[in-house]
Amino acid sequence: MGLLDLVKSGLFGFFTYLGQVALLAWETFRSIFAARIRLRLTLLQIAEIGYGSQLIVVVTGAFTGAVFTAQAYFQFASLNMETAVGPVVTLSMFRELGPVLTGLMVAGRVGAAMSAEIGTMKVTQQIDALRALAVHPVDYLVVPRALAMLISMPLLVVECVSCGVLASYLVAVYVLNIEGVYFVNNMQKFTEASDIAMSLIKGFVFANIIVFISCREGLNAKDGAVGVGRATTESVVICSLSILIANFFLTMFLNILFPAGQR
Amino acid sequence: MSEEAEPLISVRDLVQKIGAQEILRGFSLDVFRGETLVLLGKSGGGKSVFLRHLIGLMKPVSGQILFEGEDIANLDERQLAPVRRKIGMLFQDGALFDSLSVYDNVAFPLREHGEKKEKLVRQKVHEALALVNMSGHDKKMPVNLSGGMRKRVALARAIISPPQVILYDEPTAGLDPIVSDSINRLILRLQEQLSVTSIVVTHDLTSCNRIADRVALLNEGRRHFYGTLDDLRATEDQIVRDFVDGHSEDGED
Repeated sequence: MGLLDLVKSGLFGFFTYLGQVALLAWETFRSIFAARIRLRLTLLQIAEIGYGSQLIVVVTGAFTGAVFTAQAYFQFASLNMETAVGPVVTLSMFRELGPVLTGLMVAGRVGAAMSAEIGTMKVTQQIDALRALAVHPVDYLVVPRALAMLISMPLLVVECVSCGVLASYLVAVYVLNIEGVYFVNNMQKFTEASDIAMSLIKGFVFANIIVFISCREGLNAKDGAVGVGRATTESVVICSLSILIANFFLTMFLNILFPAGQR
Repeated sequence: MSEEAEPLISVRDLVQKIGAQEILRGFSLDVFRGETLVLLGKSGGGKSVFLRHLIGLMKPVSGQILFEGEDIANLDERQLAPVRRKIGMLFQDGALFDSLSVYDNVAFPLREHGEKKEKLVRQKVHEALALVNMSGHDKKMPVNLSGGMRKRVALARAIISPPQVILYDEPTAGLDPIVSDSINRLILRLQEQLSVTSIVVTHDLTSCNRIADRVALLNEGRRHFYGTLDDLRATEDQIVRDFVDGHSEDGED
């Protein structure tokens, strides 16, 4: 009985949360389609989210590509398949590592900041002040962040993947002495537009996950500074887990649309 | 202001619960156009909660809130927008946007509601800041202001698009007597110059005596007293007398 109750309340909590996030997304897209868009705030958010996240995304992509290349080389070298390193790293970066790593890094950097900022506004009555001034908090706070995120994330993913592939090439050719021509040729042979599409779709989905969960956490913050801290932590944890879980289902689903290895 | 006139705001049988606690238990109140109504009551007695209902920040469990004859109690956020443009609210600690300067805070309602001409915005912001004696502080950020200054800037923000009604949540709480008095004078001046209707929640009796046309006392979630200042002074009701004369019973403060 105790266990059943626990499961019940857990499921109830889960679906309530899901409902809140979905409602927030619904309200946001309604506002976007009704053109209640504040261009200046959106540009500021693009600068903050997109431009501001460059460093972590570049470094994450580059070093993941580099280390992956080294490991793949160590394994493939014993089979005399060194030139397979290029396509393996590139495909993995496009299909999985690029979007997931970018998602996790942006969730940590941007999602946390969104929850903290909106949460602080909530507990200091600034959101009530917005409402009292007849400004809808979703229009003013969520729409610019959502737009900025949806525009920035796919670009950040591409940036992360590009840096990963570039680093992979540099390590493969200049450190591990693989022939550059084979690397590039094999990479092009096994990489398709669908791999890039998969990357962009995942980036877009993760952008939604991050922005709506983070904003939901901020808008529901309560109990002062402790509450803002809790909202921020939960936002990073829930975003990260959701990205990892959603990634699996996305991979399975997108593999139906764009089957891998059909060449 | 005649008694028979239609009230601008009419609250009927308002009930609100927070958790298991019943904060308002059938509270009713009429507010007439152009008057200053002071709502007295103990700290934590539900005065601010009541005020938040008038601008739709909280939804009642039951009861009606009629503004110009329309029930606003169950309107959603978007439907409330036109009503909210007619009502200004001064929050207890100002609730200024801390990412914006004093100037941008005061200009906020104008810009948000479509004023594009920066020259006009600047002129209105300077007028509003002058009205609250805060000229010359335009560029400061809210964190660098004292409590009294924050309240005055918040008031400038609330009145920049002149509202019909201003709700004041403890406008003089935590301020020294001189700043308190300047806020009281400001409330009177706004009533004279803009002929706004004011609802002031407070437990500051000095302030009440200066500004009130009419006084209501909220006690145990209900309206315990409603009348003019003269009625307040004359009443023999024990609860009102205890509150006005500052007597505590059984260690309550």
